[in-house]
Amino acid sequence: MALAIVGAAEAGLGAVEVGTTPLDIMAEATAAALEESGLSLSDVDGLFATTSQLAMPTLSLGEYLGISPRFADSSQVGGSSFMAHLLHAQAAIAVGLCDVAVIAYGSTQRLVGFAKASILEEDPYEAPYGPIPPASGYALATARHMHEFGTTREQLAEVAVAARKWANLHPQAFKQGPLTIEDVLTSPMVADPLTVRDCCLVTDGGGALVVTSLERARTLRKAPVVLLGAGEGYAHRNISSMEDLVTTPAVQSGRRAFEQARLAPTDVDVLGLYDAFTINPILFLEDLGFCAKGEGGPFVADGCLAPGGNLAVNTNGGGLSYNHPGMYGLQMIVEAVRQLRGEAGARQVANAQVALVHGNGGVLSSQCTAILGTLDAATETFNG
Amino acid sequence: MPSVAQEYRDGCRTGQLLYQWDEVSQKAVFYPRVIAPATGGALTWRISTGVGTVYSTTFVHRRGEDPRNLSLIDLDEGFRMMSRVEGVGPNDLAIGDRVRVHFADDGTPLFTKDTV
Repeated sequence: MALAIVGAAEAGLGAVEVGTTPLDIMAEATAAALEESGLSLSDVDGLFATTSQLAMPTLSLGEYLGISPRFADSSQVGGSSFMAHLLHAQAAIAVGLCDVAVIAYGSTQRLVGFAKASILEEDPYEAPYGPIPPASGYALATARHMHEFGTTREQLAEVAVAARKWANLHPQAFKQGPLTIEDVLTSPMVADPLTVRDCCLVTDGGGALVVTSLERARTLRKAPVVLLGAGEGYAHRNISSMEDLVTTPAVQSGRRAFEQARLAPTDVDVLGLYDAFTINPILFLEDLGFCAKGEGGPFVADGCLAPGGNLAVNTNGGGLSYNHPGMYGLQMIVEAVRQLRGEAGARQVANAQVALVHGNGGVLSSQCTAILGTLDAATETFNG
Repeated sequence: MPSVAQEYRDGCRTGQLLYQWDEVSQKAVFYPRVIAPATGGALTWRISTGVGTVYSTTFVHRRGEDPRNLSLIDLDEGFRMMSRVEGVGPNDLAIGDRVRVHFADDGTPLFTKDTV
């Protein structure tokens, strides 16, 4: 059974009005995503949701929407949760646990403040040393990558500069305007070698996807976007337990996704690489097989990821310049859907048939890869 | 019987950096656990020499405060822990530097660059 995304929408991006709740954002996005598909709330019998602000998000959202789903999954693996939800939804629909599922996310972290938006979860063996999770964990990984491979701060800055150039083409991007490598390097330091411009934004926002079987999707309003392959990879929770700071479980999640999709990196037209920090896309390009281990720094240089570059990466502007509402994976999937439908406006990648979205959670802890395609691409994967 | 966290902290308060040993995998284990990771085997306590190598390092910048070091230390016995190397600025510490443990008044293990 192939899974198809038949509706995709965002809500509450940037900064929401006082009093707005994560459920308001999820519900607004759900309504918009259902509208795209032509389905209604009464069709929804599967519910996937997660947010750091609700302990039982599928119960809260089901109550808010006034639905009684027969299947619910609130798997919480950070920013990659939503790629995992796609895979879980495929399994659930394949075995008949539900027919039409909504996958939703919402955050008001900018409105309520970072501390209030997250569960206080201190590791007693890290907390005494004053880390600023997650930034200090990514800083340690960055420092190690620079040490082992000679990656430079200028190469890291290239990732942020490319993201800003894409953001300048997106009307809903939170940060716009010129950004140079020099700007990134001279911004206030957060944790060496990462400045504030090496770090993702803190915004509100969320979104929703409506998914069903490809068979049912063919009868609905929009051209289906098909899940060609997906994989999960989990290794650790805290940075002090990450065995090798320069290799992530994206190696495993990517391999699983590519095998299932019967595709290779050269087949991918547009990429979403979870850019919580500038080191992330560099690590993921290596671990997903777009370049060799250690070559990510030189690979991203000279505007490779920017509009007009060799590889279309984070075409919405990424977590670095578009929006980053705490967990950003759902935003990435929405952008891939828009690219594959040809709805991406000024930032549209010509003839985009295959999109890879790679989510990351924790401190390089959870890695989930999903490969999406148009109907034509799906025909090649499933009949080829 | 005290919790593993309590046994570890008691060690720190008496100037001993404790870690655990898994007989099955013949590997050092840190942080303290009640079973060995991956093998599920029993664990015994050992005392570290407290000497190790900086695996990675950063300085955390908080508004209005001096940058504070945060490092991952690979102890010679084969386990890794997070700690802080004291007495160094951002230009005085590199990955690969040798460091040695000492204990703060509350028992928190900290490190200084090993000059031996």
